[in-house]
Amino acid sequence: MDEARWRRMSWLSVVLPGAPQLLVGGRSAGAVAAAAWVGALALLIVRGERVLPIGHGPGEWVAIGVLGLCLIIPWWWSIRDARRGGGARNPARYGLVGALGSDRWAMTGFAAVTGAYVVVLLAPLLAPFDPLFQGDLVTQRLLAPSATHLLGTDQVGRDVLSRLLYGGRSSLFIASFAVAVSVTLGTVLGAVSGYLGKTADAVLMRFVDVVIAFPSLVLLITMVAFFERTWLLLVLVLGLTQWPPIARIVRAEVLSLKERDFVLASRGLGYSTPRIVLRHLLPHVVPSVIVAATLGVGNTIVLEAGLSFLGLGAGVTSWGAMIADGRSAFLGAWWLSVFPGLSIVLTVLAFNLVGDGLRNATDPRTTPFRSHG
Amino acid sequence: MIPMILGRVALMVPLTLGVATAVFAVLAAAPGDPATLLLRPGVSPEAAERIREVYCLGCPLAERYLRWLGALASGDLGWSFTHARPVADVLLSALPGTLLLAGSALVLAFTLGTAAGVVQAVRHRSLLDRGLGAASLVFYSVPSFWLAVMLVVVFSYGARNVWSWPVWFPASGSRGLDHELLGPWSALMDTAWHMVLPVAALTLVMGAGVARYVRTSMLEVLGQDYVRTARAKGLPERHVVLRHALRNGLVPVVTLLGLHLPLLLSGAVFVEVVFAWPGMGRTMVDAVLTRDYPVVMAASVLFAVVVLVGNLVADVLHAVVDPRVGDG
Repeated sequence: MDEARWRRMSWLSVVLPGAPQLLVGGRSAGAVAAAAWVGALALLIVRGERVLPIGHGPGEWVAIGVLGLCLIIPWWWSIRDARRGGGARNPARYGLVGALGSDRWAMTGFAAVTGAYVVVLLAPLLAPFDPLFQGDLVTQRLLAPSATHLLGTDQVGRDVLSRLLYGGRSSLFIASFAVAVSVTLGTVLGAVSGYLGKTADAVLMRFVDVVIAFPSLVLLITMVAFFERTWLLLVLVLGLTQWPPIARIVRAEVLSLKERDFVLASRGLGYSTPRIVLRHLLPHVVPSVIVAATLGVGNTIVLEAGLSFLGLGAGVTSWGAMIADGRSAFLGAWWLSVFPGLSIVLTVLAFNLVGDGLRNATDPRTTPFRSHG
Repeated sequence: MIPMILGRVALMVPLTLGVATAVFAVLAAAPGDPATLLLRPGVSPEAAERIREVYCLGCPLAERYLRWLGALASGDLGWSFTHARPVADVLLSALPGTLLLAGSALVLAFTLGTAAGVVQAVRHRSLLDRGLGAASLVFYSVPSFWLAVMLVVVFSYGARNVWSWPVWFPASGSRGLDHELLGPWSALMDTAWHMVLPVAALTLVMGAGVARYVRTSMLEVLGQDYVRTARAKGLPERHVVLRHALRNGLVPVVTLLGLHLPLLLSGAVFVEVVFAWPGMGRTMVDAVLTRDYPVVMAASVLFAVVVLVGNLVADVLHAVVDPRVGDG
């Protein structure tokens, strides 16, 4: 019966992606698809003049690309899902994806994280004003939130919402790239340390002890303050101070994995050490690294915001810098520091929800099967 | 246990040396140096010569490094460019402020965090557990500096000027203007009053992390066989939780104490900056912003030493609560 309904409904997804799912089954996935598609279409209509590719920079091209994906993906997914009778939506019941799919909060976090990336990438299309455009200093200064300026204006008459959107780009992407650096470094060093053992292990792990014991913020402040501040420096410095915990996790896993028979077998087959580590050991470490990376992005967003707050950011609009700017005027203009702060909290919260969900899914110890009281 | 402590103390020497080297390397690699700061155009040739000699500006890197280590070892931290005082003076006058702030926050965060975590574990999946869990997740995600700013807006500015609440808290500094004129008791209360908001900001952020950790740890312990045995013996639930489970549940928390110290000091840096609290963090940030090289270098090392000492204390505590550690 369901199959017949799916077949009858499937044409609806051509008109509105997600509609069959909304009507037949899988409300939340259908709602997300429909909302993404409608939102993207509305944006395309409202901001049509900005989409015309005349004199565009890379940021604008990325935004147009993301907008295109927001239009195509829901459509493609909805049609495929309806054709298979909801088959594309049936979650995997096993493994990491399955465990995460059944965790409502983790999925909410995942949707929020994806949404945050999409929104900041769409900033050039979404932003109602140029984030750097200073309005008239007499009439446009420190305006409270209104219909024109949804989140108000700052001390020099710049639109807070537009700055929030552009600022999110630097906050999110500096943090993501920094975590990419620290994950790469931590995984490689942790795997080498764990697999080789002996002297290499001892030296690396003592080094890790030093770095973990050291308040990294002090080192960060020093490094950032005395070099020319660019976003690349921030990525490197944040990445270079955050890898030790990941190295520890990877090392611990590799230590227990390398005693297993399949490693012995690969060694017996005469595989080279790099091949064993890369092809046979590291894939098993991926889940715990993903957990550490997800929680790490949240932490790094806070750290980067903190540096910007101290005036040691990359010199571009970012949430931390906006809070710092707003501090001098917050007594009369609360919107200046409240909105960027809320953006940080919500983004980090979303990352932590996903991270918690992933950890519960990968580490059975944190989900006790018994409850009391 | 004594040999373990001695071993740990001995290990602190190379660790401090490592940190000192790292700080020196970063500053040596950074563009710009004290020479450009000190040898301004107006400086007379004799003074310039003297500055070059005192700061060893023309020396090779290795010599400067060894000189710095030598001075550090003999306790000579140099002369601050901006404070016009010996660096040791500057830092020693800032250290108590940070220790007071961070120490109070540490004690409060671990007490409240542990209490919340235990309650959550005992009432697993109840409304209380969910509520506290949500609260701790939110505060775990909040940047301490933003929370500090918000506390000032609500409990200092808003409470006084907008809503006219009967109580409001001071937003900056560690003492009131009339502090010198107060008696010993009132002076103490004055400082305590100034500590409320900064300590609250630090405690909420750190306590949330502790609560999350204690909850997990306690849930694990409560599921173990010996807890069931204790229950089966007919012991009151209070006794089972507080005497039997909590002892083991707290072992990983003591490790957490050591790991949280760098975090605590980082948090203290931001909170000190927001509340204009006279402490190490603010001194450090000011020194960095004004390029006060001697203070930056000495403060970094001092920060590391504070953390290392804290870690040592945490390790000793760990050995006390978990006898297996001390023997190994």
